[in-house]
Parts: sequence; C-alpha cells; structure tokens
Amino acid sequence: MTVEVAKHRELGLTDSELELIVEKLGREPNDVELAMFSLLWSEHCSYKHSRKLLGQLPTEGERVVMGPGENAGAVDIGNGYAIAFKVESHNHPSAVEPFQGAATGVGGILRDVFAIGARPIAILDSLRFGELDSVRSRHLLDGAVRGIGHYGNSIGVATVGGEVYFEAPYEHNCLVNAMCLGIARTKDMVRAAAAGVGNAVVLMGATTGRDGIGGASVLASAELGEGDEAKRPTVQVGDPFEESKVLECCLELLERGLLVSLQDLGAAGLTSSAGEMASAGGVGIDIDVARVPLREADMEPFEIMVSESQERMLGVVEPARVVEVLAVCEKWQTGSAEIGIVTDSGQVRILRGGEVVGEMPVEALVDSCPLYDLEPAEPEGWIYGNRATLAPGASSEDTLLALLGSPSVASKRWVFEQYDSLVGSRTVRRPESADAAVLQVPEASNAIAVSIDGNGRRVACDPHAGTIEAVLECAQNLACVGAEPLGLTNCLNFGNPEKPVPAWQLDRAVAGLAEVCRALGVPVVGGNVSLYNEGPEGPIYPTPVVAMVGELPDPAQACGSAFTKEGDAIALLGPFAPTLAGSELAKLRGELEMGLPQPEVEVIAAACATVREAVRAGKLSSVHDVSDGGLGCALAESAIAGGIGCSIDVQPLRERGCSPEETLFGEGTGGFLLSGDREVLEKLGATPLGRVGGTTIEIAAGDRSLTVGLVAVESAWRSLRTQAEHDGA
Amino acid sequence: MRWGVLQFPGSCDERDALHACERTGAEARLVWHEERDLEGVDAVVIPGGFSYGDYLRAGAIARFSPAMEAVAEFATAGGPVLGICNGFQVLCEAGLLPGALLLNESLRFVCRQLDLIAVDGPETGHIDTFEARRPTLSIPAKHGEGRYFAAEEVLDALEAKGQIAYCYAPGQNPNGSARDIAGIRNEAGNVVGLMPHPEHAVDPLTGSTDGLRVFEAVAAAGVPA
Repeated sequence: MTVEVAKHRELGLTDSELELIVEKLGREPNDVELAMFSLLWSEHCSYKHSRKLLGQLPTEGERVVMGPGENAGAVDIGNGYAIAFKVESHNHPSAVEPFQGAATGVGGILRDVFAIGARPIAILDSLRFGELDSVRSRHLLDGAVRGIGHYGNSIGVATVGGEVYFEAPYEHNCLVNAMCLGIARTKDMVRAAAAGVGNAVVLMGATTGRDGIGGASVLASAELGEGDEAKRPTVQVGDPFEESKVLECCLELLERGLLVSLQDLGAAGLTSSAGEMASAGGVGIDIDVARVPLREADMEPFEIMVSESQERMLGVVEPARVVEVLAVCEKWQTGSAEIGIVTDSGQVRILRGGEVVGEMPVEALVDSCPLYDLEPAEPEGWIYGNRATLAPGASSEDTLLALLGSPSVASKRWVFEQYDSLVGSRTVRRPESADAAVLQVPEASNAIAVSIDGNGRRVACDPHAGTIEAVLECAQNLACVGAEPLGLTNCLNFGNPEKPVPAWQLDRAVAGLAEVCRALGVPVVGGNVSLYNEGPEGPIYPTPVVAMVGELPDPAQACGSAFTKEGDAIALLGPFAPTLAGSELAKLRGELEMGLPQPEVEVIAAACATVREAVRAGKLSSVHDVSDGGLGCALAESAIAGGIGCSIDVQPLRERGCSPEETLFGEGTGGFLLSGDREVLEKLGATPLGRVGGTTIEIAAGDRSLTVGLVAVESAWRSLRTQAEHDGA
Repeated sequence: MRWGVLQFPGSCDERDALHACERTGAEARLVWHEERDLEGVDAVVIPGGFSYGDYLRAGAIARFSPAMEAVAEFATAGGPVLGICNGFQVLCEAGLLPGALLLNESLRFVCRQLDLIAVDGPETGHIDTFEARRPTLSIPAKHGEGRYFAAEEVLDALEAKGQIAYCYAPGQNPNGSARDIAGIRNEAGNVVGLMPHPEHAVDPLTGSTDGLRVFEAVAAAGVPA
C-alpha cells in the first residue's frame, strides 16, 4: 500500500472501504478516483447505513407514475397529468451558514423536480431549531427563513406551507428540509438514465467553481463539531436567477423533445450525476474536464469532478440535436457545453484533453459501496434532558397561554409572510387558513392538497409510534380539506447510525413508517436520508419528516380551520384519547420520558374517510385536527382564525378515561375538531362538546375549567415575531 | 382589446398577469424582452418578478431592454401601461413615473392580503362624490423593496394633480411607503404603477376578484396606440 492512509480517512472512507476499492480497480486509485469514490461511497450518496431498512417501505400503487430511485417521485392526477414531489435535507450546510444553506436547499429540490420534466408549482419547508432564547437559534432561524424566501420568491415558485419546531436537541444541528411539487404531462416526463452510445453529454447552467467541494462527504456524512466555521467553503452559494433561466431552458428542451435524459447536479456534482446516469442506463460515460466552463482557470480535475457549484444540469442529447440544444440555452442566456459522450465501455472515464486522468468501472463506483447492518440498542430511558419553563401549579388559563405562546405552537405568520405563497395563481388555501395547503390544478380540473409533518419530540418518546403519528397527522390534515392521499415522500433526519441509540431510533421509525403506509394504502414514492445529525451534546431528536400529497375534486369545497358561524355546534370526531406523554405541556413542565400510546391506525383511517366525505359534501363549517398543545390549543386556533369565541364541556372525553388536564392539553392522534350543524355532526358520529359564539374561550373541565378572552389568547399566539426578533442575549 | 405582457429573464408573475388580462375578457400575449415591436398590442403590463435577477437595483437593468424602449414610446403616445411590483420599479427606473421604491422598513419580504383604496384620476375627481369614488379593493402585496419614496415637493405635486392612484387602507401600510402610497399614475393618467398584485386577485377561489378593476381602469385610462 503506497496510498497515504490519512488521505482516504480525511475524505471519509474507512480502511476496509479503501481495500475494496483497490480490489475493484485492481490497483490503487489516483487522487481523482479517490475523491470520486469518497463522494459516491459517502452515506449521503450511497445510503450505506439505511438502504437495507428502506426495502421495507411499500412503493407500489396504481397512481404511482415514478417511484424511488428517480430524481423525484410522481403520482397520476388524471387527464394525462402527474404531480412530482420530493423532500430533501440541507441540514449541515444550514447549520454552518443558514442563509446560503437554506437557499441552496430550495434550489436543489427545485432541480430534482424539473429534472424529470415537471414545472415546479409549490415549495414547503420543515424546519427545526434550538429554543428561541438562544442567540444561535435566532440567528439560524432568521438566516434560514431569509434564505428560503430569497430563493423561492426570486424564482417565482410559491411557498405554500411547512412547519417549524424549536427544541433544545436541535440547538447545534438545525434541520432544514425543503420540499418541492411540480406538474408534468405524464408523457413528457423523463428519467435520469443515460442511453444511446455515441450521444453527447451536455452540461447546462452555471459555471463550475470551487464552492461546495466535499459537501456530501465532509459536511453531510459526518457529525458537526468544533471548528465548523472552517467548513464554510464547503457550503455552496445560490443564484436563483441562474436557476430560473436553467429551469425555463430545460422545460423548453423537454417540451421540444430535444433531450434523451436529464439529471441535476446536486451533492457530489458531476461525479454523482454522471456516475448515476451511466449506472441507470447500463452504459459508460466519458467526461472531458477541459471542456467544463470554469470560474477559475486553474482548477484540478478532481475539483471539477466534485465541485457542488449550484444551478447546473446534465443532459444527454443525440448528436444531430446538439446545435438546437445549444441555441435554446443561448436564448435563455444560460451556459452550455458539450463535455462528454455516452460509451459502451461500462467505465466512467475522466479526461483532460487527450489525457485520461481517471477510469473506474461504473459498477464499482456507483453500485459497490458496502451496505452496513445497524447495531441498534434501545436506550434505558430518556436521554435528552428536561428543562421546566412553566411554574408548577400554573392555572389552567396561564397554562393555555403558555402553550399558545410556545414558539412551536404559536402562529408561524412571522415566517410565512416572508414567503410568496401566491405566485402561479394556484393557491386556494393559504398558510394557516386550513390544515393542508390546497392548490388548484385546472389542467386536470381538480386540485391537490399537501401537508408536511414530523414531531421529533414524540418520535424520541417512541420512534415506532411517533413515526406512525406523523403519517397519520398528514392523513388527517389532508382529510380536513377533503383530499384523498395519493403518495408520500419522506426525509429521515437522524443521528449517527454507527451509534446504538440513533441506530435503534432509525430502525424503529422505518418499521413504523412501513407499517402505517401499508395500513393506509399510501405508497412511498421517494425519500431522502440525512444521518450524522449530532452536536457536542448528542443526537438530535429522531425526526422523520413525512409529506403527503392528495387529490380533491373541487377546490371550492376545501374546508378551513376557522370557526365561521355564531351558534354552530362544536363536536369531536375520531378515537382521540389524549395523554400528557410527549406533549408540549410535558416539555414545558420538564417531565418528558419514554413512551407513547399506540395509535389505532384502522379507526383513525376510518375517521379520515368520514371527514373527507363530509368536507366534499360541504357539510362542515370548519374542521381542524387536534395536534400540538391538545384540544385547548386547537379550539383557540379555530377561534382566533374566525374571530369568534366558543364554549365547550369536555365531559365526553372524561368518559374516555382522561383526567381534566389531559382533556385540555393532552395530545394524541385521531382527533378532529368540527363545527357546523349539530344534527349533521351527530349523524357523522361526532361527539358534541359545545357551541361557537361570544368573545371568550370557555372550557368546563371540572377543577381545571377555564375562561380566557380572545384578545389575550390571540396576543399569546401571535408572539413569535417578538421572540424571533428579540436581540438580547 | 389585446394586452401585451412583458417577459424578462427572471420575471415571475407574467403568466398570472396574462391569465388576469384574459379574465377581463381581453386577449393577451407575452412580449419577449428582446422584442422591439409592440405590434397589435393595445395595452401593456410590466409584470412582477426579479428581472435579470435584480441583483443591482430592482428594475435598473430591465429599463434598458429593447422591449422597454418600445414601451416608453408607446406610453408617450398615450398607450395604457400597468406596472405591477417589479413593473412599478422598472417604470420608476425608466423615468416614466416619479419616485423610487426602497427596501421595506422591516427589511423583510412581506406577503399579505391588504385593503387598497383606489383614488380617482384627475379628470373625474369631484369632491362631493369622493367617498363613493374611492372603493376599497382586497389585493395581496408581496415584495421586499416596496417602500415608495419621493421628495416632499414631488409628493405634494402628486397629490395636487390627482396622481396618487392607490393608497394602503389606514393602518395597513406594509412597507413604510410615504403617505401610504401603494400606486401612482403619470400626469396624463395612462401609465400606472403599483406594488400590490391585482393579477393575484382575479379569481374567487384564490381570494378576491377586486384586481380585475385595476386592469379595467388602466385599459380605460389610455388612448389606444
């Protein structure tokens, strides 16, 4: 062995992985090859710690147009159209440089969607930060929100929804997951497989520079720690204007049938896009780095191959069409260069002019990374610590106000007003007006709904049940607007899989995800895995973020969450039997511990169907799923949104075995809060609790009864801006 | 009646504007930024977005485009021109409207449904019927650089000549604009620019149809070229 041992380790490869590479090549890799292997064999690109688990997920369904393995999944919505969607993480870049990290997270997920020929129509974001009393968390929140807005607003794709949670375990390692949905004519969609020996490989979009070198291996596949500022050069810089031109250019090329296939350049840049295209097509590929347009003239071949410069796409083009392709790029004022050729060699060959500087079998580079078994071990108890912030013995009124003001529960208006939620003229239900975002799709004469959810704290209490809850919450949110689920995508954000507890969390969460998707009959059409999310204090909360897309026939019927009519009855539907386990209140009291009740999936699925049909038939004035902060917070949210109070008696929940406190603030899945005509609600099987009306929220709950004015409730719920912009220590 | 909607690289709301024009019962087509000829166009929309990326000053590059040269001639000849958001910024940069749009007071982008007060033009302003002639329109705004600014004497002149076209309803100014100004018109009344987005208020499903009145008012304000 003459290869310096430190070098491959520095790039994130183990000694045994290097030995395997040497065996596959029949010689030692040179610097270019070692750099390329280190990226494609990183966790981020190879899924080496998660792939075995992911095989459990159900991926088939009659509406599935594209499943896992493509740039994005897609489902059929009728009339020859499909909706493509995907969620991806950009956690570590955002923890190091939140504005560019989040901005390029949005840019990357947009490219995944238009790479399959879909026009992006909506963005959602799932964000996690530490508590807002930390300067670092406020800095990360502010930067990430600005970054998402900068990219999405500038490129003209509506940001229609999302979620934000603030929990101490995300203090060092925040999470920024971005989702994009796009619409495509099913017959125009393209796959990423390279095909046609002799076809040209064309690089389009921005020039290639030294930004983002080693992002996938150095940043995404290792824990964060001391000296992360030094990693800033591994974060890419986004240019939404360049992306907007590349987007329009690619869609025009696809519409005119000028491309054989298309792939975005994301993590690991040219290395992964060329390697994966060749692997998918069962062909070889030659890339001449001397023909790649550069930002800096003296870049080394390995730098060109691993650069993560943004806003670049790789297309395969028949030789006779190259001139036309270059002309379309010229029209959109975006760069283009013919940099390679599809071969029958089965090799990825890197050339610099006439000189071969790297040559590897595609199979070795893309498909030979060893897959590892996890060594999971259940923790003996709650590992994340507790911090009480609510005074013991707080009154019911003060408890409700504290919950509503807790930034994870409070209104996210401060966040979503920084995003353009309207561009594209599809947004029928804007953020906070209903439980799911609703977009009209005139192309198919219907509408789609989308929701993204994942409460990491509850998953930490029980990774299996918590993940099932996240999927059920999505399903409930879709039911609230009358939508039927078509497909699901996910982003699994976990700690270091080489450690026993994060391994156990991942193992249990994926089992729960597979189980609930099978039970609901919802196929998983894509996903992303982000591991090694840890800081000096340990792993983040295990955070499977799930996003579900559904279809509804008539967007006008999508029900809102606001109370609308004085005198309407209020009723509860579904098998809701709340407890304090894993609740927001348990957190505020510093009483978190392991354990959650097991959700009744079949019964909840039936409740979803009942709500969906009632909404489609226009039978309800409002519907809201009971989630964070329990029934008290759900009531307050519907009351604030409608500007009308309410009064209820929780006696029916007492009969389900709940204590007065559990009825008010306990959490659990399966609860829908409805308002409307009392007889109609009773016929649906809902349990009447009270009435809409007045200017206070009154809840009769034995010795925990409460009455609070709407003004006080609203002011607590609207406090996020003050907490986020507070500039003290 | 046929509208032309300008399209720059980086435009965002051009398809929405096209759709809005069609909702008024008119025809509409996109005009590529390199087109020098507005052939067959009776009125022009300069849509929202980030023309050429707007990395310099919003609208500063777009004003030099061939299409904008054509729009300047069209406006001078009395043709109706509506600039929305980035289009308003472009019209100010081009000198077709006075003043400038600065960063929002909050230094943040804001997207919000607002009430706008439509203020009558100079030729129809009668004090006795002023309230009735000031309908309130529900229209969303979404911008990061929408704070209207002009020298005090310019603002006084705009008021005196009836050139303030739209104001934010009391208490709803989202960006710190001078005198709550949301939109203005030129002295002749045929060139109108506003920050809020009337093209996003043309469909009851997505919120409101009040924006149609903005398109209709502009179409009626000019002498078709």
